[in-house]
Amino acid sequence: MTVTSVDAAGLGRRRAMGLVTPALLLVTAFLVVPAVWTVYLGMTDYRLTGIQAANPQFVGLDNYRAALADPDFRNSLWLTLLFVLGSAVVGQTVAGFALAWTLRGVPRLVRGVVETLVLLAWILPSSIVAFLWVAYLSGDGGTLNALLHTTGTDWLLEHPMASIIVFNTWRGTAFSMLLFSAALGAVPPSQLESARLAGAGTFAQLRDVVLPHIRGHVLTNTLLISLWTFNDFSPYLLTAGGPNHASETLPVFIYNKALYGGQLGYGSAISFIMLVINLVIALFYVRLLRERR
Amino acid sequence: MASIRIDGLSKVYPGDVTAIDGLELTVADGSFFALLGPSGCGKTTLLRTIAGLEEATDGAIHIGDRDVTRLTPGDRNVAMVFQDYALFPHMSVTDNIAYPLRIKKVGRTERVAKAAETGEGLGLSALMDRRPGELSGGQQQRVALARAMACQPDVFLLDEPLSNLDARLRLEARTFLKRLQRDLDVTTVFVTHDQSEALAMADQIAVMEAGRIRQLGTPSEIFRRPANTFVANFIGSTPMNMLPGELVGGKLRVGDREPVDAVAAGWVGADSGDGAVTVAFRPEYARVDEAGSLTFEGEVETSENLGASVLITARTHDDHRVQAVVPEGAEPEPGAAVRVTPVPGRVLVYDEDGELLVP
Amino acid sequence: MGRLAITAFVAAAIAFWALPMLWLVTAPFNSHPGLDVSWPDWTLENFRKLSENPYAFSSLKNSVYLAVGTMLGVTVMAALAAYSLSRVRIPGRNTILYGLLLLSSIVTGTAAMVPIFQLMFALNLVDDRSGVILVLTGGLLPAAIFILKDFMDATPKSYEESARVFGATPLQVLRHVVLPIVRPGLATIAVWALVNVWSDFLTSYILLRDPTKLPAGVVMYTFYSEGGQANLPLISAFSLVYALPVVALYLFVNRRYGFRFHGGIKS
Repeated sequence: MTVTSVDAAGLGRRRAMGLVTPALLLVTAFLVVPAVWTVYLGMTDYRLTGIQAANPQFVGLDNYRAALADPDFRNSLWLTLLFVLGSAVVGQTVAGFALAWTLRGVPRLVRGVVETLVLLAWILPSSIVAFLWVAYLSGDGGTLNALLHTTGTDWLLEHPMASIIVFNTWRGTAFSMLLFSAALGAVPPSQLESARLAGAGTFAQLRDVVLPHIRGHVLTNTLLISLWTFNDFSPYLLTAGGPNHASETLPVFIYNKALYGGQLGYGSAISFIMLVINLVIALFYVRLLRERR
Repeated sequence: MASIRIDGLSKVYPGDVTAIDGLELTVADGSFFALLGPSGCGKTTLLRTIAGLEEATDGAIHIGDRDVTRLTPGDRNVAMVFQDYALFPHMSVTDNIAYPLRIKKVGRTERVAKAAETGEGLGLSALMDRRPGELSGGQQQRVALARAMACQPDVFLLDEPLSNLDARLRLEARTFLKRLQRDLDVTTVFVTHDQSEALAMADQIAVMEAGRIRQLGTPSEIFRRPANTFVANFIGSTPMNMLPGELVGGKLRVGDREPVDAVAAGWVGADSGDGAVTVAFRPEYARVDEAGSLTFEGEVETSENLGASVLITARTHDDHRVQAVVPEGAEPEPGAAVRVTPVPGRVLVYDEDGELLVP
Repeated sequence: MGRLAITAFVAAAIAFWALPMLWLVTAPFNSHPGLDVSWPDWTLENFRKLSENPYAFSSLKNSVYLAVGTMLGVTVMAALAAYSLSRVRIPGRNTILYGLLLLSSIVTGTAAMVPIFQLMFALNLVDDRSGVILVLTGGLLPAAIFILKDFMDATPKSYEESARVFGATPLQVLRHVVLPIVRPGLATIAVWALVNVWSDFLTSYILLRDPTKLPAGVVMYTFYSEGGQANLPLISAFSLVYALPVVALYLFVNRRYGFRFHGGIKS
């Protein structure tokens, strides 16, 4: 046999490409093709049923014009922004950091209990946690009303946005907590100690020692959880976008319009807008990674 | 068992980075051979090319009578011990040592027996069921050696064999490796950047720089008569004294000192020609306060205790620094006036290109 | 911060996270579960009712099928791809990696649900569980390749080179050396894929129609979203059974590896 390759395993380019191909094919079929297809579908009047299902017409940018004029779409965009800012940028980041910071100083057992609860909220199936919150917030004998003595308040109907924001903070804080505790573990204790020796209080330590060290982590965390929250479908399981579009974030809006309402073309146009927003966030994230290397 | 012959070997990486540049080398059968040089000199690339882990761009490699240049590593019948030993962390010591036999499809019982035998020879019997992670650095090294021995190769290749050991263990391992190599009598090539390691262990040393061999010789040849200023600077635990001089008609002049008849002293040949030269001598080969044809008078600046001896640094009136090793207790005080005189037979004179005038 | 403030914060956090979850522990054992949390009478009656529901058991079987199928597909394909990408300079390697990183974050199940539905419709894979496995595998692969490539990159090449000098073929190197060494990475990916698919709702919700093919996530939703009085004994017992594998997996991972970040997320 002759030397054909110089990589560590002696695999050679041809065999290596053979091993990559199955994964790339699947990714192409189920990620690249759909992404490209949204561009096309978004410019048709494709519908799930009726004449346009059999013979869709090319309508150019009509769907995008319609979207801009659609109050439901603008409302949905605004609600999505509220949802991302409220539950991810503020809720999960603040709660995650606060947990990571305080849990360093509590007994092991307590730490384990809190971490387990927060992590379970993150990994339990979404339709279970959604129902747990439906029950918790129910106006008809829900636990929250019993605790707050607010009998009869139906939180999901009366405060739908606040409900899904609190829900998503509860659901997703685990990631920020894990990331920040890893980041805090990397802050040199000697620097915290010298700050303390110089008489710095908790706030001064956070500002002068911790924050400069974890600034990159804060940014990474914010970008990732914003992206995930923006694409989160679980509000659907709580409110299905209602009442009367009051909690209809973009993913729910797309589902309701395209797959429930049958307007596949219009839904694709909105999907494409979502893809573009995702791309912008992702490009920020990738640039951040590159700078760090 | 086999010799290694390397003819016109080149290794050029993508981007035109030349790691090995037309190298010629023969390693005699059964010898313990060191590739020595600073990092980036190509010594590790050369070792990996012999192993077949890098493909030669040009030239040929023979092991014994076989041309192995285009063979895969597995077909070359060499064994390599990596710098980090590369012991498989998920296998026991037995399985690690038996791994080459497993590849050769030797049956389980036979290879376990063989591993046990090899392990016993290296004092590993009590450790055969452990995982590499549970062993000390020295034990790991012996397992790696046992694994290399188990496949009875024609050639052993060792990449920086001592660098992963702590300082004390390193000296023991040096002795151990030398004895092992002698007992096995297998051609062994090792790479090191540490000149003392090469001097201590090898039968032959190739000093490399920028993909070429700058000197090939026995340790004492290389220590006593470095062929050029690169090797002179690289070898020795104390830096070589190097002073600018001038050679005119066989007479060597260093600064304003009395010229010395260098031809008569045997430092240069009669046909060496005139020009600027570098005069070099090792601090170990310098005497203090002895008369000689070439002496350097100066004032002691510092003295450093080396244990059984003392290294003194003197500054001459024309602003050169010369160093000499003197026996303990005999060192002059800092500030004292001294004369440093090289042992006549140990003076080396290099021409303007840095090559030794009398090889 | 004072001890008191810390204690108060930790207590508040425990309350915030634990209160919604309490129902999951109490209601299944309550003979007349309501929506509130009340001390149960520790009956197993709800589980007996659950076992009589035709969709409960089949949905769990479907979930196992989807989760294991996807997990195997993702782990095997990601391992092979990550290994090749880590060790061999395939032409266009950096573009592939960059593209995968972008794709995995951009093309999410929600953003692409319409074209994915279209595609599966065109491929005649709607209402087909294999179709769901394919879509989920395609979605999880980029991130899996990334995380595994990190593991592979962190493994010294000398292991493979060492095996090669002893004459091992590339496949032997992979089988004897690489795969055992990156086993923690493979386990991470396997668990991650299992949990993801087990929890999945949207993909099956849009791609499956036949009630006997639906996985637990969707069946759970139909139990409480379909009109009429919610059947709380059934829902509570089913929630617990559906949640237990995740809890078990969490406990296993937490004990074995600790729930910490390794690889994947660069920070």
